[in-house]
Amino acid sequence: MRWTSLALAALVIAAGQLAAQQAPLARFVVVLDAAHGGDDLGGRIKDQAGRDQAEKTFTLALSVRLRSLLAARGIQVVTTRESDTTVDANRRAELANHANAAVCLSLHASESGSGVHLFASSLAPAQPARFAPWKTAQAAWVERSLALAGVLNSALLHAGMTVSLGRTALPVVDSMTCPAVAVEIAPERGPGKAVKSGLEDPAYQARVAEALAAALLEWRTEAGQP
Amino acid sequence: MIPRYQSILFVVLLAASVVMSVVLWQLRDRAHQRLVAGEDSAPTQAPEVAPAEQATLLVANDGDGSLLAQVQSLPLPQDAGSRARAVLGKLLDLYAAPDAAHPVPGGASSVAQVFLLPAPTLEAASGSGAPAKPKAPGTPLADSAQTGPELAIVNLTGAFAANHPSGLETEMLTVYSICGTLHANLPRVTQVRFMVDGQPRATLAGHADLTRTYLAAEAVPSEGAHP
Repeated sequence: MRWTSLALAALVIAAGQLAAQQAPLARFVVVLDAAHGGDDLGGRIKDQAGRDQAEKTFTLALSVRLRSLLAARGIQVVTTRESDTTVDANRRAELANHANAAVCLSLHASESGSGVHLFASSLAPAQPARFAPWKTAQAAWVERSLALAGVLNSALLHAGMTVSLGRTALPVVDSMTCPAVAVEIAPERGPGKAVKSGLEDPAYQARVAEALAAALLEWRTEAGQP
Repeated sequence: MIPRYQSILFVVLLAASVVMSVVLWQLRDRAHQRLVAGEDSAPTQAPEVAPAEQATLLVANDGDGSLLAQVQSLPLPQDAGSRARAVLGKLLDLYAAPDAAHPVPGGASSVAQVFLLPAPTLEAASGSGAPAKPKAPGTPLADSAQTGPELAIVNLTGAFAANHPSGLETEMLTVYSICGTLHANLPRVTQVRFMVDGQPRATLAGHADLTRTYLAAEAVPSEGAHP
C-alpha cells in the first residue's frame, strides 16, 4: 500500500513536469485575420480575364490556405472569419488578444504594386503597461512586429518574390497585443508592369502561403519553441 | 344663337393665343440658355500672377513602395494655406497623369482646402486627436506671425476618396506623400489631419486610417526609402 502511494505520487510529479515542459508548445498560436468580409467588400480587383472581384474573396482564400499549411505543421491557428461574414475591426483585435497569440497576420489584397507588401504599425514603440489604450495597444509590440516583418521578408525573398516593407496606420493592427504584421498580396509583375501571376492564380497563392508558413516556422524556432 | 362669324373669330383668336404662348415659351428657353452659356464662359480661376518657385514634392511609386523627392517649378502664392494647396495640387496632378508611377484619378481639384492651425501637443495629437486650443475670437486662422509648429488640415473632395484605388500600400503612399510634401515645403507643418468633403472619414479607400493625426516627419524618409 505504501509503495503504491509512493508510485502514484511519483507519477503525479512526473506528469506535472511533463505538462510544464509541454506548456510552451501549446502557447504558440497564430491568428490569421482575413480582412473585410460580408458587407465590407474591400477593394475591387480586376483579375486577368478583366472581371471585377472583391478583395474579401482573396483574403479569405489566402487565410484558408495558410491555416491548412500551419495546421499540418502542428501550429495552432485562430482565424477571425471562416466564411463571408462581416466582422467588426474591434472584434478582430479582440479575438487576437484573447488568443494570446505569438503571431497575428492581417491579410489583405490589392491590384496596386507588385508582389507582397509587409506593414508593421506606424505607432512609436512604448513600454508595456498593465492597461494599454485600445487604439495604441500595439505600441508595446512594435519592435517585435518589426522583427517579425523582417523574418517574413527574408522568407518571401528566399521564395523569389518581390517584397516591400513599410509602416501603416491600420486600426485592427494598432489594437493587437501580439507581434502583428499586415500582409498585402498584389499581382506579381514583370517588366513594364505586365502581370506575370494574378491574384486568382492558385499556384501564386500557394507560393505566397508556403513562404509565409516557412517564415512562421522560423519565428517559432526563434521564439525557442520546437 | 352665336353668329357663325363670331365663332370663327373666337377660334382664330384662341389659336393665335396658343401659338403666341408656344413662341414666348421658346424665347424664354433661348434666353435662359444664353444666360447659362454666358456663366460658363466666365473665368473661374484668377490668372496666375505669383512668381514661379521651386517646390519639393515627395512622389510615390507603387512599383517599389517608395517616396522620391522631386523638385518642380510652379507659381506659389504668398499665403501659407494657398501655398500648401498649390503644392498638393501639383502633386495630385502628377498622380492623375497617364503612366503615373502611383496612379490616382482626380488631380489638383481634389484638394478642396488646406487649413493651418497651431499644432496641439503630441500627446493630444497621437491620443484622442483632440483639436488645438481655440484662439481668441477675431484671430486669423493662419496667422502670419505664428512661428510654432502647425497642424495642417487637408480637406479632400469626396470624388477623390471614392475613386482612389483601394489597398494598404497605395493608400498609405498617398497619405505619406501628402504629409511629406507639406512638411518639405512648409517645415512648420509637423502634424497633418485629413477630412473628406469637410467631414471626418474612417479610411481613405477602406484601409488607411484617416481618423488619426499623422506626424509629418514620420512620412519624410531618406531619399527613395520606404515610409
